[in-house]
Amino acid sequence: MDGSLNMLGYGLATVGPGLAVGLIFAAYINGVARQPEAQGRLQPIAILGFALAEALAIIGIALAFVL
Amino acid sequence: MSAIAMNAIPTEEFVPPGPNDFNLPPIGYTQDNAPTFEFLGQTMYWGLTKPMLQLALSVLVVFVFFYYASRKRAMVPGQFQFVGESAYGFVRNGLGRDILGSRDFMRFVPYLVTLFFFILVNNYFGLIPGIQFPTFSRAGVAYSLAALSWIVYNAVGIKKHGFMGYLKLQTVPAGVSGAVLALLIPLEFFSNILVRPVTLALRLFANMFAGHMLLILFALGGEYLLLNTSGITPIAGVLSIVMFMGICVLEMLVMALQAYVFVLLTSMYIAGALADEH
Repeated sequence: MDGSLNMLGYGLATVGPGLAVGLIFAAYINGVARQPEAQGRLQPIAILGFALAEALAIIGIALAFVL
Repeated sequence: MSAIAMNAIPTEEFVPPGPNDFNLPPIGYTQDNAPTFEFLGQTMYWGLTKPMLQLALSVLVVFVFFYYASRKRAMVPGQFQFVGESAYGFVRNGLGRDILGSRDFMRFVPYLVTLFFFILVNNYFGLIPGIQFPTFSRAGVAYSLAALSWIVYNAVGIKKHGFMGYLKLQTVPAGVSGAVLALLIPLEFFSNILVRPVTLALRLFANMFAGHMLLILFALGGEYLLLNTSGITPIAGVLSIVMFMGICVLEMLVMALQAYVFVLLTSMYIAGALADEH
C-alpha cells in the first residue's frame, strides 16, 4: 500500500469544517422553519458562514498537496 | 476460495487518477514532448492549452447570450428576454443591491454580473460532454480572477478613504485600544489584505479540482471494474457508475454555489471597503 500520509491528515482535518458547515446549515434550516419569510435575509448569511468555515478545509487541501 | 481469489486478480493494473491528470499539455502535444519554459522556478507549457480555449469560449457564450437577450428590448418581454432579465436581476438584486446598499451598487453591477456568469459558464464546462474540464481546476486561472477582485476592492477603498484611511479601516478594529491593538493590527492586515484573495482563489479552485477528481475516480473505477474483472465485481462497477451520476448532480449544485459564493464574497469585500468609519 502506498500513498501520502498528508491525505490521511487532511481527512482528519476535514472533521472540524465538516461539523461547522453542518451546524451552520442546521441553524439556517431551524431559522427558516421557524420564520419562513426570513429566508431571503438568512440565505446570504448562511452561505457566507459556510464559505468562511469551508476556507479551513480548503487551506487544508492546499497544504496537503504542498507540504 | 480459488474462484474468489481469481476474481480479485486484475488482468491489468488499475491506475488511480491524480493531480497530474489536470496538467493538460498544449493542444497537439503530449505531456512528454510538449515545449516548456521556466517561470519563477516552475516548468510551464509553451502553447495553447484547453483551459485557454475554454476561457475564450466562455466569454463568447456569455456575450452572445446577453447580446441576444437584450437586443430586442420589449415592454412585455419574450421568453428569451425574460431569461436574460431574470439572470441579470438575480445578480443585480441578490448580490449587488442587498449587500452593497442602494446608494452605490449600480457602479459595481457590470463587474458582478460579468464575474458571476463567467465563473458559472466556466464551471459548467466540467459537465458539458465533449469539454468536461472545469477551467478553474487549474489554480492559475482562479488566482488571476481573485487578483482582479483584490485589485477592485482595494482600489475602491483607497479611492474613497485615501491610502492611510483605507488601511486604518481595514486593520484597526473599532472599540479596541492599547496592547491588544498591537496584536490585532498585524492579524487584521494579514487576514483582510493578504489571506482574502488566496482563500477566494483556493475555494473556487479546490472545489472544482476535488469535484472533478471525484468524477474521474468513479468513472475510471467503474470502467475498470466492468471491463477488466470478472465474477461479482462488475456489479460494483455498475454501482460506481451510478455513484458517478449522483456526483454529477451534486457537482451541478456545487458549481452554481461556488460561482455564487465567489461573487457574494467579492461584493462583501467591496462593501467592506466602501463602509464608513465606525
